Amino acid sequence: MSDGTATPAVVRVEGVTKTFPRGNVTALENIELEVAPREFVSLIGPSGCGKSTLLRVIGDLIEPTAGTVRVNGKSARQARRDGGYGIVFQEAVLYDWRSIAKNIALPLEMLGWSRRRRRERVAEMLELVELTSFADHHPWQLSGGMQQRVAIARALSFEPSLLLMDEPFGALDEMTRERLNLELLSIWEQTGNSVVFVTHSISEAVFLSSRVVVMSPRPGRIAGFVEIDLPHPRTVETREAPRFFELVTEVRELLRRRGEHLLPEEEAVLE
Amino acid sequence: MTLRPRIGVVVEWLPPLVVFALVVGLWEGLVRALHVQQFLLPKPSTIISVFWTQRHVLWPAGWYTFKEALGGFAIGSGAGVVAATVVGRFRTAGQALMPIFIAANAVPIIAFAPIFGAWFNPIQPQSKMAIAAVLCFLPVMVNTLRGLQSARPRQVELMRSYAASELEIWRRVRVPTALPFLFTALKVASVLSMIGAIVGEYFGGAMNALGVTINTDAQIFQFDAAWAGILVASLLGIALYSAVVVAERLVVRWSPEARVS
Repeated sequence: MSDGTATPAVVRVEGVTKTFPRGNVTALENIELEVAPREFVSLIGPSGCGKSTLLRVIGDLIEPTAGTVRVNGKSARQARRDGGYGIVFQEAVLYDWRSIAKNIALPLEMLGWSRRRRRERVAEMLELVELTSFADHHPWQLSGGMQQRVAIARALSFEPSLLLMDEPFGALDEMTRERLNLELLSIWEQTGNSVVFVTHSISEAVFLSSRVVVMSPRPGRIAGFVEIDLPHPRTVETREAPRFFELVTEVRELLRRRGEHLLPEEEAVLE
Repeated sequence: MTLRPRIGVVVEWLPPLVVFALVVGLWEGLVRALHVQQFLLPKPSTIISVFWTQRHVLWPAGWYTFKEALGGFAIGSGAGVVAATVVGRFRTAGQALMPIFIAANAVPIIAFAPIFGAWFNPIQPQSKMAIAAVLCFLPVMVNTLRGLQSARPRQVELMRSYAASELEIWRRVRVPTALPFLFTALKVASVLSMIGAIVGEYFGGAMNALGVTINTDAQIFQFDAAWAGILVASLLGIALYSAVVVAERLVVRWSPEARVS
């Protein structure tokens, strides 16, 4: 969304290419992407389209072979050093030896927050994801969905302007996933940060996003954008609205058109 | 609420205690019924009575050997942790040393016991400590290293996203991940250290050492006394092992295995 120079983009990806020397794979080719403040952008595409790689390049966990990434006007590296983004992976990635409260406090410790400020913020975050009574539990005592809520609380705890999410609900059952979709949207509406969200699920992408970025594989490219004009706040009924189905179809068509050379099992994933 | 765990502990311990009592009872009964010779297998009741009457000899001997084992355990495990840290921290050191350690792990180190007697004064406890230490070193080193290398890649990646330095990742992720591995190794090492000290003493040692006592008693056909010495060695070995288990429960509180019933 490039609406001139008035609002600086939270993420600006320019001409990013990433090749992995092993097997000479081009994971990303000449990617151009901007994410505006308060925008919720989903990256969708079949396996091997480089959507997770793009997310890691934005987060400076992988260096691009060519091109630049700027986050909040800074280099991706500087943004990472300044605590510029929170990240959530497919697995919750909790630290088993830390209680739930201490897991949420970890980034705050790294940023040098005082003990008192940490305690206050952790209490707020636990309330936000409705896990207050589990503060002193250890990760293994929580269900998968609860663990993922802890991971989200941790990613949001230091108020990053950008949230990077790599299939955060991919390992959860459909019921839990839909409930956490709603929860994530309500958190997003409260906190007002930008989100880059990687997913395999078309309906999840349409339901959550302001904009869906459709990617195609080998080499990883952006196949097109779909603006999601569904009104906010989105509710359970949103998923039953005719406009929702139109948008789902639009995304699916774009995936189909660009994915003629998909393998059958990759197509199956897109359902 | 406070009563339930106690009942749980009783229920957990009852079956092994019953089995233990049955085995000892069967041993006693069979030795009596079949008139087994004393030197083949003394009765448990005989062993216990010798264990009691000889307590002024056996316990000081046991304590002497226990201190050797403990010293070897501390030195060997300490060196193992230090070596694992160095090898884990510096890749080239690891690549050079790891194959040697793995090969050394297959060497029956106890075979060196007589050599250690020559290197150190066999009468002095240092020679037995050295055997125990060498026995403890490798399992602790190999397991700790494996633990240090077992940090999940995502956990490390997440720390990087918080701009954590390598040292911080080490302290906050790799060391806690390695702790359960370390304790597994320490449990093995606690047993090995007693074995090392006692077997070391079989090749000669101070007169008041447990291994020497057991060896001498067996040579002069006082098998009941030898068995009583073995009983002392077993009790001390179990005590050291239990101490490690208690330490593990205190340190590794987070793991599901460590939840105290």
